[in-house]
Amino acid sequence: MPLRLLKYGLSRDYRVSGDIQATPELKPAYDVVIIGGGGHGLSCAHHLAKYHGIKSVAVLEKGYLAGGNTARNTTTIRSNYITPEGIAFYKEGVELFERLSQELDFNVMFSQRGQLTLAHTEATMRSFHMRAEMGKHMGTRTEVVDQKGVEELCPLLNMDYGGPLEILGGLWHADGGTARHDAVAWGYAAQASRRGVEIHQRTEVQGFEVTGDRVLAVRTNRGRVACGQVMIATGGMNYDVALMAGVELPIRCYPLQAMVTQPLKPWLDTLVSSVSLHTYLVQSSRGEVVIGGGSDPYQLYSTRSTLDMKEHLAEGAVHLFPFLQGVRLLRQWAGITDMTPDYSPIMGASPLANLWLDCGWGTWGFKATPVAGKRMAQTIAEGRVPDILKPFALERFDTFRLLNEMGATAASH
Amino acid sequence: MKLLTCPMNGPRNIDEFQSFGPVRARPDPNATADRDWSRHLFRAENRKGIVVEWWRHVPSNYFFLAERNLVSNEIIRTFDASELRDRA
Repeated sequence: MPLRLLKYGLSRDYRVSGDIQATPELKPAYDVVIIGGGGHGLSCAHHLAKYHGIKSVAVLEKGYLAGGNTARNTTTIRSNYITPEGIAFYKEGVELFERLSQELDFNVMFSQRGQLTLAHTEATMRSFHMRAEMGKHMGTRTEVVDQKGVEELCPLLNMDYGGPLEILGGLWHADGGTARHDAVAWGYAAQASRRGVEIHQRTEVQGFEVTGDRVLAVRTNRGRVACGQVMIATGGMNYDVALMAGVELPIRCYPLQAMVTQPLKPWLDTLVSSVSLHTYLVQSSRGEVVIGGGSDPYQLYSTRSTLDMKEHLAEGAVHLFPFLQGVRLLRQWAGITDMTPDYSPIMGASPLANLWLDCGWGTWGFKATPVAGKRMAQTIAEGRVPDILKPFALERFDTFRLLNEMGATAASH
Repeated sequence: MKLLTCPMNGPRNIDEFQSFGPVRARPDPNATADRDWSRHLFRAENRKGIVVEWWRHVPSNYFFLAERNLVSNEIIRTFDASELRDRA
């Protein structure tokens, strides 16, 4: 990489590399059809082509590449969950991010600056102790810090001493970080494309041809495609797409809203989130402060923003950092999150033998882009679910073996 | 602010209300297999269309029903829970 960069820098011929081919004609059949051209689908395609030698792969994307939840999330990368199964999975995700720029030969701007989650109540502090102990046990860097520790990590925070929202301490997760979402998606797309994966944009799946327990083909607005294996990774549309194949997922869709401020000089070097205020902040490499929170309070498929949720986010942000009060908002948006009852994803087998699920990513999907792609590719290539994914099976709801990550997820990503 | 018309309190800001999700028929506890219990607990109506759902006006702790479009967020009508009982 450095040598190539040097050669490129010294050459007279600055050729722009064509990242991704224009959408080709659809072939009548592929070994693997991936529905959804977001981070997860592209990551899976990359891993299938690079590590499993499966190159007859089509990624079908209804809109444009990485234009759904990959573009709408707030790029938090962390592994400070609460269940051992969850931590093991997300830990592998963080480790893949640590070397992702090398893997993709593309700078994904991974910045492992740590995540600080704040507690304003004793109950939250107790849950932090539990998460810290679980995290240490599983080999992640997660610890509880006291008020002094919080002040040292984030000196500009309003501690609200003696006030109703006094910060009592925090959960410091040194492994936490952020990366550039577009770079992640485009890096995977470029690598997959280079190895022969076909990326079909503006190709909408409209139905499945199912015989017995197998999907024979998917019907799209550009024609029928026969498939050996199919994976659904369509973010907010997972419920709809799975239903077309006759699979009813335990998912309810809620909007999730976020916004960014005008660019400021660098002042916030950690990711900060508050459980009680349902607000989290991170300063992007462009200086904009990205502000996000919890999902909307009721089910909806609309990506329209609402003033009350934006006010709520602004209120939380200004409470934590009062000097933000005069700062202007630059952009605001919403995405549709596919929430599961236990705040854990649904990965692995479906009731159909060759239909694989990478669903239920709710508000926590971006951080898992590399690991979900890697492990789902392994699942599809080997035809069986690896141990690390088994706890996330769809059947867990029928056997009541839920993986409750609600306390480690809600508004703290 | 979006308004929700409470059958008891009239039109109020929607942040005075709490959503309790789509109405689901309660299974018979004596004659229900585990699988159907799991369905009842974890699979709520999520199709793009109109749902009938429980809402609560928080200050008055009054529960009622609303018909709402899950795509446009249009609240079609709200009604007292007795209507649901009378229908059954």
